[in-house]
Order: sequence, then C-alpha cells, then structure tokens
Amino acid sequence: MSFKEKLFVERIDWLVVFIYLLLCLIGIACIFSVEHRSTDITFFLMKQNYMKQIIFFGVSLLIGLIILMLDSKIFTSIPFLGYTIGFFLLLLALTPLGKGVKGSHSWLNLGFLTFQPGELMKLFTALTIAKFLTLQDTNFATLKHRVICAAFAIVPMLIIILQNETGLALVYLSFFLAMYREGLPNIVIVIGVSLLILTLATLLIPKTILLYLLSGLAVFFLYLSRRQLRRSREILFLVGGIWLVGVIFSQALVPFAFTHVLKGYQVQRIYTMIGQETPAEYIGEGIDTKKQNASEYNVSQSKIAIASGGFFGKGFLNGTQTQYNWVPEQRTDFIFCTIGEQFGFFGSTILVLIYMVLLLRIVSIAERQRSQFSRIYAYCVSGILFFHLAINVGMTIGLAPVIGIPLPLISYGGTSLVIFTVLIFILIRLDADRQMVLR
Amino acid sequence: MADFTQNRSVFIKIVFIALPLLIIIRLLFLQVFDIGNYKEAALGQAVYIKKVYPPRGIIYDRKNKVLMNNSIVYDLVVEPKKITSDFDTLFLCKLINVPIEDFRFQLKKVIIKNGWQKPSALFKNLSPISVARLQENLYDFSGIDLIEHAERNYHFGCGGTILGYINEVSETQLKSDRYADYQKGDYIGINGLENYYEDVLKGVPGVQYLLRDVKQRIQGAYKDGRLDSSATPGKPLQLYLDADLQKLTEELMANKLGSAVAIDPKTGGILAFANGPSFDPTLLTGANKGANLSKMLNDATKPLFIRAIQAKYPPGSTFKPLTALVALDEGVITPDYGYPCMGGYYACGRRVACTHSGHGHASNLALAIANSCNAYFCHVFRLAIDSRKYENVHIGLERWHDYMTSFGLGHPIGVDIPHENGGNIPDSNYFNRTYNDNWNSCNMAILGMGQGEVEMTPMQMANSMCILANKGYYYIPHFVKSIDADPNHPLLKKYKEKKVVAHIADSSFEYVIAGMQAVVDQGTGMIAKMPDVVVCAKTGTAQNERMINGQKVKLQNHSMFVAFAPRRDPKIAVAVCIENAGYGATWAGPIASLMIERYLKDSISEKRQYLVKKMKDAKIIPNYTYILDSLDKQMARQKDLLKNRSKDSLKRDLIIKDSLSRRHDSLTARYLIRKFYHY
Repeated sequence: MSFKEKLFVERIDWLVVFIYLLLCLIGIACIFSVEHRSTDITFFLMKQNYMKQIIFFGVSLLIGLIILMLDSKIFTSIPFLGYTIGFFLLLLALTPLGKGVKGSHSWLNLGFLTFQPGELMKLFTALTIAKFLTLQDTNFATLKHRVICAAFAIVPMLIIILQNETGLALVYLSFFLAMYREGLPNIVIVIGVSLLILTLATLLIPKTILLYLLSGLAVFFLYLSRRQLRRSREILFLVGGIWLVGVIFSQALVPFAFTHVLKGYQVQRIYTMIGQETPAEYIGEGIDTKKQNASEYNVSQSKIAIASGGFFGKGFLNGTQTQYNWVPEQRTDFIFCTIGEQFGFFGSTILVLIYMVLLLRIVSIAERQRSQFSRIYAYCVSGILFFHLAINVGMTIGLAPVIGIPLPLISYGGTSLVIFTVLIFILIRLDADRQMVLR
Repeated sequence: MADFTQNRSVFIKIVFIALPLLIIIRLLFLQVFDIGNYKEAALGQAVYIKKVYPPRGIIYDRKNKVLMNNSIVYDLVVEPKKITSDFDTLFLCKLINVPIEDFRFQLKKVIIKNGWQKPSALFKNLSPISVARLQENLYDFSGIDLIEHAERNYHFGCGGTILGYINEVSETQLKSDRYADYQKGDYIGINGLENYYEDVLKGVPGVQYLLRDVKQRIQGAYKDGRLDSSATPGKPLQLYLDADLQKLTEELMANKLGSAVAIDPKTGGILAFANGPSFDPTLLTGANKGANLSKMLNDATKPLFIRAIQAKYPPGSTFKPLTALVALDEGVITPDYGYPCMGGYYACGRRVACTHSGHGHASNLALAIANSCNAYFCHVFRLAIDSRKYENVHIGLERWHDYMTSFGLGHPIGVDIPHENGGNIPDSNYFNRTYNDNWNSCNMAILGMGQGEVEMTPMQMANSMCILANKGYYYIPHFVKSIDADPNHPLLKKYKEKKVVAHIADSSFEYVIAGMQAVVDQGTGMIAKMPDVVVCAKTGTAQNERMINGQKVKLQNHSMFVAFAPRRDPKIAVAVCIENAGYGATWAGPIASLMIERYLKDSISEKRQYLVKKMKDAKIIPNYTYILDSLDKQMARQKDLLKNRSKDSLKRDLIIKDSLSRRHDSLTARYLIRKFYHY
C-alpha cells in the first residue's frame, strides 16, 4: 500500500501530536502548582490562571483540529496575503490603537480579543519565507534574493524592537536557521559569529585597549603573510579592510547601538549576564539601577528555586519557592523554575529531553518532505522552538540574558499557546501530505 | 531543485542536541552539586525559623502565693530594609495610636542603632487594642511584624530587689561565656533571682519551621511541622519568703534608707528582705522600663542599691554579742565578769565614751549586753586578743579573725542573688600596713564594740543572729526552697550544708542569749518586748563618718537592731538597719519587733497599730543625702575624666576647671552640713 493510499489518520505524525499534548498538560500542571493552595475548596476556580490555560488549551485543540481538516494547498496560497495583513496589524500596534503593557507597545486590542501581532507575524513570516524560497523565480544563490529573504525576517523584527519587545523581536533571528539550511553561505555565519565575539569583546575590554589589540592582530597577520604581500597587494587591503570594519564596529557602532538602539535596561541585562557592571554612559536617563537589581533578583530567585529542587525535587505541590511567589513571573517566563523545584534534576532533564526529541523529530520530518515549501517551513518551526527553549531555559539558569519570551506550550499565555499550536499543526498537516509537491 | 545543502541538517541536529546537553550539564551543577549554595538560600528565604519562647518559671512564696508570673505582650518589630515605598506610615500610626513624628523618630533611631538589615523593636508592649487592630492589617505592611514575648508580672507588688527583672540580652552580655548560647532578642534575668536562677527559670526555647511567601506572610508549617520542637516552660521556684511579711516590711521601709532582713534560723531561708527606699516593682515592667530604671539609677536615694547585701555598715553595738561569744570561748571571761565602767573607756589613753555612767551597769556579762556598755566590750575584746594562750597580739587577732570568718563575716556569705558584698573584717596584715608593724590591742579596742574597721552587711548581721539562735551553726541564707518542687536540686546543694561555727560551747551561747533577753526585758531594746514571746535582741547605734574632700565629717548615726525569737526554738532572726536615724531602739527596733510579731502571730495587735502607722509614715532621708550624692557623682566624673586624660591642653584645662569647682562644691557641702545638721 503506497503512502497516498494510507488513511489520513495514519499519515499524521502521532509522535509530534503526543509530545504536543504532553507539553501542554505539563504546562497546565505547572501553572496549577504555582496557584494551588491547600485551602482551595475545588479545582475548578475560574479566576485562576490554570483554568484559563485549560480553556486556551481547548481552543488550541479546536484550532489544531480545524487545521488538520484544511487542504494543505491553502498554506501555500495564503503567505503573502497573511504577511501583508500581519504587517499592518504590527504597524497598527504602534498607533494609539495598540495597548501598552509594562512599557512595551506590542499588544493590539480588537475589542473581543487582545493579542500580540508580533506573535502572529512569526507564523506568517515562516510561511512567507517558505513560499518565497520555493517561488519559481527565486534563486537563493543570488545576493539579491538572500537580502530579500532576510528582509522578510528583519523588517518585522525592527518594528517589534520599536514596540519595545526585544525578546519577541530576537525570535525572528531564528529564521536564519532555515535560511542556513537552504544554502546561506558559511561566510555569513562566520561574519555573524565574529561580530558577536567582537561585540562581547567591546563589552569586556576597554575601548582603547581593544583598538591596540585589533591593530596588533592586523600587524601580526600582515607579518605572517609578508611573502604573499610582495606578490599581491590584495591581502593588504583585505586585512586593512577587516581591521577598519572591526575598529568602526567596536569603537563607534556598538556604543551607538547601546546608547541609541537598545534600552538602558536591556544593556544592563546584557552586562548582567556577562557579569560586568554597566558603565554609566549606557544607562539611559530615568532608568535607575533598581531595574537592573530586579532582573538580577529574578535570575537569582529563579536559580535558588531550581537549585533547591535537588535531584528528585520536592514533589508536586511541595515547592516552597515557587508556590509562595518567591520567583517573579513564574507562570510565564520563569515557569521552568516550577519544574526545577518540584521535580528536581530528574524532572527538568526529562523535560529538556522531551524538547530535544521534538526538535530532532521536526528536523527529520523536514528532511523527509518532497516539497521544499514544507521543508523550509519545518525548519522555521524548529528554529523558533529552539530559540525559545534556549533563551527561556537559559535565562532561568543564568545562561542567557533575561529577555521575556515564553517556554513553548508550557508558559501561561493564550496568544503564545495558540500560535505554537498553529505552527505545529500546520507542520503536521503539511507532513501528512509529504508526498505531494506544494508550491 | 537539487538539494546541495542536505548535510547542513546534520549540523543543525548537532546543535539541537548540544544545547539541551549544555542545559542539562548546567542543571547538574546547579541542582545536584549545588554550586553557589542556592539550596541554603532557599531555606533562608521561604523557610522561616521561628523561636518559640517558653514562659519563664513562676515564683511562689512559702505559702504558695504567686509572687511573679507571666503575661503575654507584643512588640512591634520592624525590618527597615523591607519597608517599601508604598508603606502606609499614616495608617500604621493610626492603628497603633502613635503620632507619626514619633514613629519616624523611633524608626530613625533603630536604623542608626541596629542598621538596615536587623529587625529591631520599634515599640514595645503595645496595648491590647493596638495589637488586635494591627493583627488584622498586618499583611498590608511589609517589614513589620508583631513579636510576642512574655513580660514578667509582679503579682504581689513587692520584692523588686529580690526577684530582679528581665531585659533583652545586650551585645556585651552576648560576648560573655555565660550567655554564649543566647541570641539577640532573647530575654535574660538582670538582677536578683531572675539572674541567679536564669538557667532554670528560662526554660528551653522551641523552634518552629514555618513557610512564608514573598510578602513575609506565614503560609503554614514546613514539612507539616515534623522538624518543630516545642518549648519547655521554665521551672517554678518556691521561696522561703513570706509574701505578707515582705509586703509589710517594704511598707515599713518606705522613705527610709536602709534594709531589713528576716531569716528562718532553722533552714537559712530568707523570710523577708526589704531595702529602703522600697519601690513599686511594676516600674521594672512595661513600656517605660528603661526610663524608670535610669531614673532609679540616678536617684540620690539609690533604690536599686540592694543595701541588705551590698551596703557595709559598722555594726555598732549589735556586734557586742559576738565579741562576748569569742571572749567566753577563749576563756578570758566568765559570765560573771564585770568591768568598772564610769562612763568611758580610758585604758588606751583616748576616751571611748559610754552612754551609761551609773555604777554597776556592767557588773556582769548579761548586764553589760543589756546596757550596751562600750567600755566593757572594748576591754573584753582586748582581753580576748591579748590572751596569754597566744604568743603575741598578732596571733590573737588572727584567732579572732578566724572566729569572724567562721561566723560568715568578711566575705560574701553566698546568698542566691548576685552582687553581694562581703563586708570587712580587718586582719593583722591590715594593721601591719596601717601601723607599720607597730601596733597593739589598744589600736583596735573599739572593734569590740563594733566600730572601726569592722563592717558588715545587714544580711551578715541577720545571719549572726541565726548563729546565736541555733547555738553554733547556720545555713547560708537563701531565698529558694525548692526548684520545680524538688528541694534537693543541685543548685540548692550548698544551702543544705550545715555550717558549724568554731565549735563554741552551748553554755557560752546561753550566757550571751541571756544577755540579749535582758536587752529586751530591761535594757536598751524594751520596745521589742512582746507579751508571750521571749525576744532576744541587741540594739546598735553605728557611728557614721564620711570623708568629704579629705576630711572626716560626722553624720547622723545609723540605727541598728538585731533580734531573734522566740528564745526557745527560734523561728525568726531579724536584722534592721536604718541609715541616719539615730538610736537603734527608736527606728530599727520597732520595725524589727513588728516584723517578728507579724511573722509569729500572723497579724499585728491592735495596741501596736499606731507603731505600724508611725513607722510607715516616717521619712528618714536627710537632705544631705542629695548633696553627698551629687558630690559622689562629681567625683566619679572627675575620676573618669582623669582616667581618659589626654595630652590635649583643652581637656587639661577642663580638668583643672572641674577640679576647682569640685573643691568649691565640697567646701560648700561641708559648710552646709555643718551649718544645718550640726555635725
């Protein structure tokens, strides 16, 4: 029996569905453990967030079911339209129609529901990139198309940065994973990593010393390649050019970015993560050190909660740190703490492994697609999931700066849960038609 | 389209495996190896270790009347660090009924005193209504807590100097060995029995492990209370003290400087122990304790000075029975020995005056004691130390010193409240130093009549009466009869030992006691006579001299009275000393006599009620007490200044100026005393 003749139910990747359900249920249990008090009379307290999450979960399942019933061709036809609509919604959030929450301006109130267009835009960006790269006219080997493709991710990212929601904006970097898979040259990655290292060096080493260091390195390279230098002057220009770029980047661009692009508290968080004190010139006006203390406090409370779990944890509903609100934002960004505390090293490792299995499964799903569209889309989804996992878990254990992004499927929050559901179920739907070539 | 980049999926897979592994390794260090000691931090944050203070032991009198028990009071404790900007100070002040300025002032004070971190008591002993109001709204305030602790309650309104008081342990006390296992905020007994029996009274504190949330609200027991330990209350003490007698004695001692001590000779148990001027012990509790204490400490009449064990007086004539006892035991006199006193003792050149000059007032021992003949006892004392048995007077004096030591004199006797003074009994070393090794019995003849270098505390006087009453033994005077109904508690062991005195013959005691009976029957102490009880007593009028700026100034005599009763089977021994009150029989005598009557008869007869009223109402505090006190304080300041002297010329000038003013003051003081009191 060929694949096409198989029943639709058999063509669905049940492992992904199973992991999806498992993670959602773990999430509800975690939120419940945070909010449950031994004095509660009943489980069904509609005021509590875990009940809301259960409703979101129900809605998500419904949406997932609808997606499974749709024709998979529909996903190849909507991307550009969706992207345009999403883009306008994103801009709309910047207008007075948008709603400010905690200093960010990324929410949109449509009267019947409030959501972040930035979250929705993740879905459309994924579909659009997949669609654009599979267009007949697109040749990803050309610089022009690479730039266009990158722009699909970078433009919404810049708008979201304007909305003061840096965490969400950075998620758009994860689309470069899919582009890398589709042939983004290694040199781009090398340059990206070099710039990252240079940025870190700028933070850690005083400017003047860095200047001498870079100059010294350039002279050293020139000395090493003195023989080739006689033959061709190109190397001189190459080394000189790199030196110039490095100097401009470290002496002017990074300080400019830190004073004008990034917010004071974000700079502080980056400095906090690398264990340095924020220089006074980067702390913007009106931002006192309290905010820095707050993010330090969050991380240290989160680490305390996770560490206190020990190997097997304190047991479900026995967490002292998470149950008594010691950890801030523990329903949303710091939900990993509840697992760390209640189920210990054992439980957290299992959770991380579940995510790992999901990620690897999505990669293998991607690789078995006949259609390039599905493959690129699958890589986009895995990239988003990976980025969320790395940053979210990383920040709770002090490996990443505190940028508020949720743990996929587990953190409390309707928009986030629905968007991840849609992302995953579109993937499942596309995978069910993996023998088809979608364009 | 050809796929040239398929191998990149492998790199992506590697990254997807590497990152979770990195997270897992980090978790391993964090959770299993506990790098950074975060577990401890968790215990310190969410688990709140609460010390549960046990009630201190209750103190009963001999008839099981409660002298002291506990009541629960609440302190408002603040942790300045945790006070947030939205702290509603006005509301809090309204709740506890305190002006907002007061609150701010107190808060600043504790911050300066204890810093930002430490929780410290802002207001102590809140009224019950404030506590009730605050408890309902406590969750509104972060950094504020109500800490309950037991306050001592002086149930009978007497015995402040005996019972002592409790206070929070101080930083310096925490450093001492005795309070090594105490923590800041613990209460300790400061004086009296509270201090001496601290170990049994305090009980064992319990520990509660509680869970609290980020706003410091208690959320329940940690691990269902499995780690908790309950507090063991302090053990109760039963005293020998007779609460009614004590109350009466304190009333009698009101507005007088001095003390009155009554001991049960058979056990050494102290029946009454009053120090004048007596004060209301409730001053030692409550919110104003500190202010009251400092006020009393600065008072010229020194109410906190436990005169019964801390003040040293020359015993005066009350010493004469002991002199007689020594002489009889040494065999230098017989009971029939007489001395031809003609109103003075001239044998040593200088006249020692005697109040009596009539012929035959010292024709035998009993008469000499009854009439309190100074000449007789100076002579007898000289006989005793110049006894032919001894090579020289040095050995004779040493022998006398041994007697006195065995009577419990010259050293702290060992009462079970702290800060006891030992009095003074001079030995040959002292005279060697004073007279350059060149002295004889004439130099110290007045020791025999209780003047000169000999000094005793009222407690020692009462104890010497116990020795006479028991005919040769005593128990160390003490307050506590039993601890937790156990009379053989290790702490009480030393008070169960019978101290036998110098093995003096019973007959010697009988002769002296006969003389003391004569004192009451026909001698100086007739005021103490009781119709159906044979009282043995001795009056005393101790000369009171004071050095003022290097010159001896004679002040009003101290009035002394010692007694025991009944003669057969003695039940009470009393020593009363009233400073600056003149003759022993006028003031000390009646008080001692009333105490004996109250104890033996359980009430004071109608006939003598006038005496009670007279004694209670009398105020015997001479005005020069205040002058002398300010002089003393000035001297102390002077000494302090000299001690901390520096090269600083400004300070030196100050010292010179101060010493000049001191000289002026003391001259004025002497002038005033001469002029108005004719001494």
